[in-house]
Amino acid sequence: MTLNLTINSEVHDLSHIDPDMPLLWALRDHLGLVGTKYGCGIAQCGACTVWLDDEPARACQLLVGQLEGRSITTVEGLGADTLHPVQQAWVDHDVAQCGYCQAGQIMSAAALLARNPSPSDEDIDAAMAGNICRCGTYVRIRKAIRAASETVGAGVAFYEPAEAPVLEEVSS
Amino acid sequence: MSASEICATLKRRQFLQASGLSLALTAGGRVVKVMAASDAEPSTLSAYISIGQGGVITIGAPNPEVGQGVNTSLPMIIAEELDAAWSDVKVVSAPVDASRFGAQFAGGSLSVPMRWDELRRVGATARAMLLHSASKKLGVPVAELSTQDSRVTHNVSGRSLTYAELALGASELPLPDTDDLVLKRAGQYRLLGKRITNASAPAIAKGEPLFGIDVQVPGMVHACFVKCPQIGGAPVAANLEEIKSQRGVLDAFIIEGEAGPYTFDIRNSTRVSPGVAIVARDTWSALRARKALKVEWDTSLASNDDSEQIAAAARAAAKRAKGTEIVRSSGDVTAAMVEAGTTANAYYSADFISHAQLEPQSCVASVTDQSAEVWTSSQTPSAVEQLLPAFLSLPPQAVTIHSVRGGGGFGRRLSNEYIFEAARISKRIGKPVKLQWSREDDMAFDYFRSPLYLNMEGGVSQQGRLVAWQHHVISGSADGQKANYGANYRGQNFPDDLVPNVEISQTLITSKTPTGAWRAPFSNVYAFAEQSFLCELAAAAGRDYRDFLIELLGDDRWFKEGDRNALNTARAKAVISAACESANWGRDLPPGRGLGLAFFFSHAGHVA
Repeated sequence: MTLNLTINSEVHDLSHIDPDMPLLWALRDHLGLVGTKYGCGIAQCGACTVWLDDEPARACQLLVGQLEGRSITTVEGLGADTLHPVQQAWVDHDVAQCGYCQAGQIMSAAALLARNPSPSDEDIDAAMAGNICRCGTYVRIRKAIRAASETVGAGVAFYEPAEAPVLEEVSS
Repeated sequence: MSASEICATLKRRQFLQASGLSLALTAGGRVVKVMAASDAEPSTLSAYISIGQGGVITIGAPNPEVGQGVNTSLPMIIAEELDAAWSDVKVVSAPVDASRFGAQFAGGSLSVPMRWDELRRVGATARAMLLHSASKKLGVPVAELSTQDSRVTHNVSGRSLTYAELALGASELPLPDTDDLVLKRAGQYRLLGKRITNASAPAIAKGEPLFGIDVQVPGMVHACFVKCPQIGGAPVAANLEEIKSQRGVLDAFIIEGEAGPYTFDIRNSTRVSPGVAIVARDTWSALRARKALKVEWDTSLASNDDSEQIAAAARAAAKRAKGTEIVRSSGDVTAAMVEAGTTANAYYSADFISHAQLEPQSCVASVTDQSAEVWTSSQTPSAVEQLLPAFLSLPPQAVTIHSVRGGGGFGRRLSNEYIFEAARISKRIGKPVKLQWSREDDMAFDYFRSPLYLNMEGGVSQQGRLVAWQHHVISGSADGQKANYGANYRGQNFPDDLVPNVEISQTLITSKTPTGAWRAPFSNVYAFAEQSFLCELAAAAGRDYRDFLIELLGDDRWFKEGDRNALNTARAKAVISAACESANWGRDLPPGRGLGLAFFFSHAGHVA
């Protein structure tokens, strides 16, 4: 059986992987995309946040067998040659302490700004509530999101997730 | 990126080959030159500083990075004295090698204070050599030269040379006499005292492989290790054949280990608890097989702790004003309490809590009959370096420890049992293995923050002064002889030395749950209790808390002159006054709002 996943605009054949494997472990152990982090495995920490199509989702809860034809974006695919405005804001505001949760935080923040370029503090808190930071960088996270929001508003090219390429031949 | 590419990336990041000037500091504090030939084995590079001919100044950070920022702050100290432009600096983690880098650990808020003097000397030594190299090249005296932004300038002629141009010449010079080194005064700092962005910020934002959990080495398999849910229990039997037949599973076996509860012992312990190892081709296969694992546990030596029973025993003990052991006593606290105009009593309890660093423990170990290599995020890599060779019956030079960034530490990574577990599994299967603790493993097998139960009583005189102070500390104890780690009353707590009539006592109650260093041990509970209680006492006596505290601190005294870990009342009063001034203490506030004040002294810091 074939299993083709589109990850960061590239099609990967995952037919050798158990379809019940969470995307988190497929990314980390089989595809070398280790930016997506394991924190809890039960969708309680947000460290494994990726985009499923253009919505943030917890990679520890997505089974690869259910993702055929879907488009997945990980932190590695967010900024291509240059940093995404959210990533740039994270550097500018020196958000990270240990840094372990930040890929998940960035994916949630970037998804928020993609659908709402000028979020209120309440919007930010609601969108980021599922991402926890043990070091307590929340204040800087909020500042960085506001700064990125201004960059987006100022017309800086904003990353649009690529459409999932259509496979010409899909054998069953 | 493939597994081997990630491995190569990590290696490149950690062990940059360099040419030009390379300096290291020996454990004794002496600066030495090291040769970094271009074909050198990467792992033999031991420099704190190497200046490449392309202008990149590579600076090694010797202590483990777990989010406290030492991969930035420690290189900053060197760069400051070196007068390097920070934009030229590339930060790497120094290899784990006590003979060249001294004790490498992250604990006790000590990384910067313990490295301060030596790293300044390293930077200043390199700067002196670059100045001499420039003096020779330009044919002018050193006194006419100055340094800034990785460049030496001849002030008279305006000629200048970059450090990159001078590095090779500098490396051929003898080391300057340490006595001749001129260190900067604080007013001359260009980097220190400024906010410098975390050196790893871009890599973190891009999700690059940085953390212990991200390490992959060629041929690596994955494992989980299942221990008895009742701490200290041991497996008698398990359905190993069934587990081995699960998809993706390569092996499953019992590790006998040492049964019984254990205590926090970083320096000596290579203890591996009994359990069942499941080895698989990937993490998920190991975790899935684990769900099917059935183990018969022998719990005869296991802990029977029940946190509710422990808390009840503490509450019962707290009914007595004094504990079974008097820790310190001065004056006559009983009489003073009777004479005091106002007394108050309060009981504070703090339960077991987990460190909950966001990155669960993992370790990649590659052990053969001849050698061993481990990649891990430990706060005490020097302890691993010390203990792992004997644990594996290997000579020290056959064992290499790689210190990799940790996703939070908070004291959890001071103990290294997951490293010994991984080494034991790799040795058994003869392959490199990544042992991955689950979040559930982390929560169940922590060295928890010790519970503390504090019964405080105080008396304030008619004149409004604190005259009686009685404090009964109730602590868990595994052996009934000494308090568990983090629960022991450690002498010289505020305000013991400032009150005329004092009695501090302690009672031990049985608790075999392992406890360890959780952030600032003892202080993390005591600060809240002590300051809450003193504030309540002041309020009961109708005193303003700022005035009460300042009066309590009394005359200017440094309890141990020159010892930064001793309370300095002048500094304490200064920070209290500064905090009150910036908060406009005493101002009118709307109904239902108030201003709070607290002061604490710990880890050489006076904080209000």
